[in-house]
Amino acid sequence: MDITLDLIVFIALALFITVNAVLAVTTKRILRAATYLLFVLFGTAGIYFQLNYSFLGAVQLLVYAGGITVLYVFSILLTSSEGDQAEKLKKGKLAAGLAATLAAFGLCLFITLKHDFLPSHFEHGELSVRTIGHALMSGDKFGFVLPFEVISVLLLACIVGGILIARKR
Amino acid sequence: MIQMEFYLIVSTIMMFVGIYGFFTRRNLLAMLISVELILNSVDINFAVFNRFLFPGELEGFFFSLFAIGISAAETAVAIAIIINIYRNMKNIQVKNLRDMKW
Repeated sequence: MDITLDLIVFIALALFITVNAVLAVTTKRILRAATYLLFVLFGTAGIYFQLNYSFLGAVQLLVYAGGITVLYVFSILLTSSEGDQAEKLKKGKLAAGLAATLAAFGLCLFITLKHDFLPSHFEHGELSVRTIGHALMSGDKFGFVLPFEVISVLLLACIVGGILIARKR
Repeated sequence: MIQMEFYLIVSTIMMFVGIYGFFTRRNLLAMLISVELILNSVDINFAVFNRFLFPGELEGFFFSLFAIGISAAETAVAIAIIINIYRNMKNIQVKNLRDMKW
């Protein structure tokens, strides 16, 4: 297999995502965990861009990196006092969690790599926004207008629920 | 060209790092961050399967698009609940949340 620019970019993204994900779950300070999560989300957006799904990458950047991370940072600042650190877990519990995770990871990776997928081929070319819009708004066989409407109702319910739960009594 | 399996390996790593964080963290917000990692890895899988196995279709693409929206809603509600818990108990460590049982 020859080394192309595509591959180098992918390896850089993969290393970036892996390191930041591990740091996000092991760091002691929770604000840093939120920052590392932001970096992981950036890396994921990079993967979407590499798959030629620019629209999905833009949505990822807007909703996740722009919206959710800000929400996290605000709630962390609201709920944790200064110098707050994660309490130490017992060594045995940490080891048990690590062992269970590694075992499941090995099993999952084994199954994934053993499985014969359909013949895969990468088609270059951008997915045009016109196609996305037509599919999103059509009610035909491959249209997505029903989930689109349902998710709008869900977001409305979520706004109302968030206000109801978090308001002062 | 990049094999499809490489993307799947990255998303598997991300998913199990998230699961490890969910097992070992004892702070509600840190656990929510781990859940976010898990959801994100699943989104990558949908997009990758769509791109490599069914390039003419759009199902995986839209599934990740809607999953991003739903996880945003989930995070908003979860953070509202956590802030409410903090207001009542002044703490969001899991071991202090026994009052919620029964």
